[in-house]
Amino acid sequence: MGKHKKTSEIIIQIDGKEVKAAEGMTVLEAAQSADIFIPTLCHHEKLEPYGACRICTVEAEVRGWTKFVAACLYPVEQDLVVRTRSEKVDKIRKMILEFLLAHAPYSPQLQDLAQEYGADQDSFEKESSFCILCGLCVRYCAEVKKKNAVGFVDCGARREIRFIPEIAAKECHSCKECFPLCPTSFLQAAFVLTESLAFSRDSSPTALKK
Amino acid sequence: MPRINSASELEELRKGVLSKRDPDKPCIAICAGMGCLGLSNGRVISAFEKEINKKDLKTKVDIRATGCHGYCEKGPMVLIYPEEICYVEVTPKDVPEIVSQTVLRKKVIDRLIYADPDTGEKAAHQAEIPFYKNQMRHLIGNNAKIDPRSIDDYLAVGGYSALSKSLLKMSPEQILEEIKKAELRGRGGGGFPAGRKWETARNAPGKEKYVIVNGHEGELGAFMDRAILSGNPHSVLEGLIIGAYAIGSHQGFIYTRHDTPQLKNNIDMALTQAEEYGLLGENILGSGFDFHVEVHLDIGIFVSGESSALMRSIEGNPPEPRPKYIRTSVSGIWGKPSALNNVETWANVPLIIDKGSEWYTSTGTERSKGTKLVSLSGNIVNTGVAEVPFGTTVREIVFGIGGGIPNGKKIKAVHFGGPMGGSIPESLLDTPLDFDELAKLGAPIGAGSMLVLDEDTSMVDITRYFLDFLSNESCGKCVPCREGIRQMLRILTNIRDGKGREGDIELLEEISEVTGAASLCALGKTAADPLLSTLRYFRDEYEANIAKMKRSAEKREL
Ligand SMILES: Cc1cc2nc3c(=O)[nH]c(=O)nc-3n(C[C@H](O)[C@H](O)[C@H](O)COP(=O)(O)O)c2cc1C
Ligand code: SF4
Ligand code: FES
Repeated sequence: MGKHKKTSEIIIQIDGKEVKAAEGMTVLEAAQSADIFIPTLCHHEKLEPYGACRICTVEAEVRGWTKFVAACLYPVEQDLVVRTRSEKVDKIRKMILEFLLAHAPYSPQLQDLAQEYGADQDSFEKESSFCILCGLCVRYCAEVKKKNAVGFVDCGARREIRFIPEIAAKECHSCKECFPLCPTSFLQAAFVLTESLAFSRDSSPTALKK
Repeated sequence: MPRINSASELEELRKGVLSKRDPDKPCIAICAGMGCLGLSNGRVISAFEKEINKKDLKTKVDIRATGCHGYCEKGPMVLIYPEEICYVEVTPKDVPEIVSQTVLRKKVIDRLIYADPDTGEKAAHQAEIPFYKNQMRHLIGNNAKIDPRSIDDYLAVGGYSALSKSLLKMSPEQILEEIKKAELRGRGGGGFPAGRKWETARNAPGKEKYVIVNGHEGELGAFMDRAILSGNPHSVLEGLIIGAYAIGSHQGFIYTRHDTPQLKNNIDMALTQAEEYGLLGENILGSGFDFHVEVHLDIGIFVSGESSALMRSIEGNPPEPRPKYIRTSVSGIWGKPSALNNVETWANVPLIIDKGSEWYTSTGTERSKGTKLVSLSGNIVNTGVAEVPFGTTVREIVFGIGGGIPNGKKIKAVHFGGPMGGSIPESLLDTPLDFDELAKLGAPIGAGSMLVLDEDTSMVDITRYFLDFLSNESCGKCVPCREGIRQMLRILTNIRDGKGREGDIELLEEISEVTGAASLCALGKTAADPLLSTLRYFRDEYEANIAKMKRSAEKREL
């Protein structure tokens, strides 16, 4: 996906506007080509689509069926009808933002979107970690730099990012290219990196945070 | 072992196996299933071996360590053939008496047979025990007749005849047609028509295709897949090879639990034996069809049972679900068409081919055909694995087979489908076991776990427990699931602890709407299902907990 393999033309409708797209394109790419804005957080042009933040959720109607899909991943198909704003789409985005603002209330990117969707940053109790786990740093390091100095550990609610000290000590000081990608204004990556280089393995970051 | 190259050679081999078996020769079948294993049946088995040796009966009596008989509550179970006398809760101490009295003198030992806890009525034969009497044991029935580590035992009950029929007498299209006509629906949770999935994989472009057994069985309270896969692995394997032939796949995978060595051992043994006989590998049964199978151990988190996560796991990646905008039957493992079915689904296949779709569809309901394995647990007298025709009412299962609720308590609800399922209240117990009927009530059948809850159960607690489970067992990749579950869990914990606030229920409903619509995989999409079903039938419990809080707050203000 994402790489346009074939060129056969597909006509879809986005917000009532006819949009020409090529097979293999995603809804997000088609929308961008027609200057229709769909918000994204975990998406990055240089990286494989990931589909984690779900802020790009849109309504897609195919053969009379309406479903909610991630625009950054959903492939275009003939006669697809997309609605980038609807009551339910806005509701989904608002709540996703409120979930994320509990982690990163000072992120300018989140604040801008919060204004647009009427999200209240105090809807949910504040969380101790400000990482929103968009995976931009992790994927950039793996896909572009091919170093895998930072990765995800654990699963479910305990998921977090962690730098591998052995690799990070060698690679990160001269690079730090992932920092500016962070939607929480690179606080998290910087924090976790410092921590992983400054402390030994046993004093794990989780233990310290508490 | 001889390699078999044709249908007639297979039948010859089968005849040879049967001719060596005297139907009148006593056989002691001891359950070595996972439930009984926990009850130290290993000691019972070795006690029998010792006793038989001591009495020099090795040539006169067979001993068979079998898979799960289903009635785990009463384990260790011992069945004495040919009379099929059934002893329950057997200890090593009982062994000498069983051998001298029952095996040699055909005398029933009264204290070891089943006695109804209410009426005291006794039953010496398996078929007379209420737990078994009300079942239809097409799939699990053979467990007591088979040592899972002996392919000859499987051949003795007619094993691999469906494979021989499929490969040598039927075309792939005919098999597909038969499975479609049998209306076989997936047993892993979704109830998706297996024939349609196979057809999609068959028609998908590409030469390389895969078939996969989902033996992860992560649903809480589910233990029937284990019973089949470890107790009768050849039945699953036979189904898989037939499916592979129908789809045009030459490579299969069995994905099974890493935490249960018995499973892997029995599967490995089955694969080795099948290969030695030429029932697996190159040129199966001389048909020209090649098929190989690899075993993969799961990653021990619940989400690794989800189809796309499972496929990533087989590729060697972390088990994170992928969006399925393109179906896995078209693009699965390494982007190749991959047909994934549950253990029980595959085990149904030989039965359908052997006996025909007409026979198969004569059991069940309008849209749910055949039988279903269920695991009974919770506040129920008989914990265990049962098999019933679709259409059996939930009440019949809980009371007729399960023996009702212990300690004189009343039943409150039955929860189906574990952490992605739902509960039905007592008033709906006459609902038939049926994919669609139960789904309509908000309690989809799932993989078949039935958690029985008595009147003392707090539905808020149960719901909180499931969400807590999911918060640890999801992958944590996407926001609506990870954060939605986190917040729902927090609210439920507050309600449970008497700190609920007005508006909490509405907030829970709003969150569930978002996680349901926007999550990446079915885990997140259905994570709130237990919550929604308990709100549907037991909303008053939530309200009462919140009201309690309000009252005590008001009191404090006074
Ligand atoms: C979170 C999650 C966990 C699952 N776990 C299992 C499992 O343990 N075993 C299983 O057979 N199916 C499981 N499934 C369903 C599978 O994704 C898939 O639908 C099934 O294996 C297909 O087989 P069937 O059509 O024969 O049911 C799970 C689904 C989800 C969303
Ligand atoms: S819904 Fe849950 S389990 Fe599924 S991908 Fe998202 S976080 Fe992972
Ligand atoms: S931008 Fe599509 S899910 Fe994050």
